[in-house]
Amino acid sequence: MSLADALDVASLVFLALGALLSLAAGVGLARFPDPLSRMHAATKPQIAGLLFVLIAVGLQSEQWGTVAMLFPILLFQMLTAPVSAHMVGRAAYRTKHLRRDLLVIDELSDAVDRAQRERASGEKRT
Amino acid sequence: MTILQASFIAVGVVFFVAAALAVFRIVRGPSILDRMIATDMLVATLICTFAAEMVYSGHTRSLTIMLILAMVAFIATVAVTRYVSKQDPS
Amino acid sequence: MTAERVRSERSTLLLQLPLLIWLVVLWILLWGHITVVSVLSGIVLALGITRVFYLPPVELSGRFNVYWAAVFVVRFLLDLVRASFLVAWQAIDPRGIPTSAVLLVQLHTRSDFIMTLTAEAISLVPGSIVVEVDREHSRLYVHSLGVKDDAEVEQARRIILAAEERLVRALGTLDDVWHINQERRMNGRPEIRLSAKQKRYEDERERHGERTGDTP
Repeated sequence: MSLADALDVASLVFLALGALLSLAAGVGLARFPDPLSRMHAATKPQIAGLLFVLIAVGLQSEQWGTVAMLFPILLFQMLTAPVSAHMVGRAAYRTKHLRRDLLVIDELSDAVDRAQRERASGEKRT
Repeated sequence: MTILQASFIAVGVVFFVAAALAVFRIVRGPSILDRMIATDMLVATLICTFAAEMVYSGHTRSLTIMLILAMVAFIATVAVTRYVSKQDPS
Repeated sequence: MTAERVRSERSTLLLQLPLLIWLVVLWILLWGHITVVSVLSGIVLALGITRVFYLPPVELSGRFNVYWAAVFVVRFLLDLVRASFLVAWQAIDPRGIPTSAVLLVQLHTRSDFIMTLTAEAISLVPGSIVVEVDREHSRLYVHSLGVKDDAEVEQARRIILAAEERLVRALGTLDDVWHINQERRMNGRPEIRLSAKQKRYEDERERHGERTGDTP
C-alpha cells in the first residue's frame, strides 16, 4: 500500500466520522423537544464534524495554500457558533420557548424573580 | 465499483440524511427559532458536503464557496434572533 | 502635555497591534499564499479597517503564558471531540430525551476579555450554552444538557470554572490569578505557583487588605 492509498483511507475515515457526527446532529435536531436542546445538537457535533471533514480535505491537498485556507473556515465556524448559540438561547429563554418540565434546576428564573421582587419593593418604598 | 467508491457513496448518503433531517425541522418548526437553528445546520452540512465532494474528485475549487458560507451563515441567525427578541418582549 | 499625548497615542497603537497582526494574517490566509502584494495590501487594509470601524480597544492583560495557552488549546480540542460524541450519543440514545438545567456560574475574573473567552469556550466544550450574561457581577447563566440531578449540576459548574481557570492561567491579569488563588486557598487546594511579579502583587494586595477590594 502506497502513501497515497494510506492517505486516501485516512481521509475517508475522517470523512465518515464527520458524516456520522452530522447525522447525529440531524437526529438530535429532529428529536430533541425544545429549541435550547436542539441548539446543543446543532452546535457541538456540527463543529467537530466540520473539523473532521476539513482534516480529510487537508490530508488530500498537495499545496500549503489549500491547507492555509481551511483554517479560516474552521475558525469562522468556531467563533460564530457560540455567538449564534447564545443569541438563539437568549431569545428562546426570553420568549419562553423551553420545556420547563425537563429542567432539573433553573437558577436564572430564580434570579429574575428576585430582581422583580426587589424592584417591586423598591417602588413601594419610594 | 471499488470499496473506496462505495464508501464515498455511503458518506454522501449519510450527509443527505442529515440535511433531510434539518429540512424536516425547518418545515415542522414550530417556532422561528427552530427554523433558524435548522437552517444553520443545513448550511453547515452543505459546507461538509462540499468538502466531501472535493476529496472525492480531488480538486480544491469549492474552498472559496465553503469559506464564504462559513463567514455569512451566522449573520442571518443573529438578525432573526434580534428580531424575535424585540418583537416578543417578556 | 504633548509628551503625554504622544505616549497615549503610541499605547493605543500598541494595544491595537495584536488586532492588526491578526487581520494581516487572516488576509494572507484568505489569499492562500505569501507575496509582497498580499502582505502590503493586508497591512493597508488592516490599518484602514481599524481606522474606519473603530472598536474600543480590548483590554488585554499584558500577561501571556505559552505553556498554559498550549494546555488550554489541547484540552479544548480534546474536549470538543469528546463533547461532540457525547451530544451525538444523547441525540440517538434510545432511552429517551435528556433532561437539562439552567445554572448560574459565578466566575472569578473581573475582565470582560476573559469572560468573553470563557463564554465562547464553554459554548463549544461541555454540553452548555450561555443563555444570559450578567457582566456587572461576572455571572454566566448556562443551559446544560444531560444534567440529571444536583450532583451533576455541581459537576457542570466545576467543569466551567476549570475552563475559566485554564484561560486565566494562560492570559489572565494578575488580579484574576489572585481571585483564583483566593478561592483555592479557601478550598484547601494548592495555589497556582507564583511568579515573582504575581507574588509581589499578591503581597501588595494582602497588605492593603480590604481597601483595594474591587467590589464595592
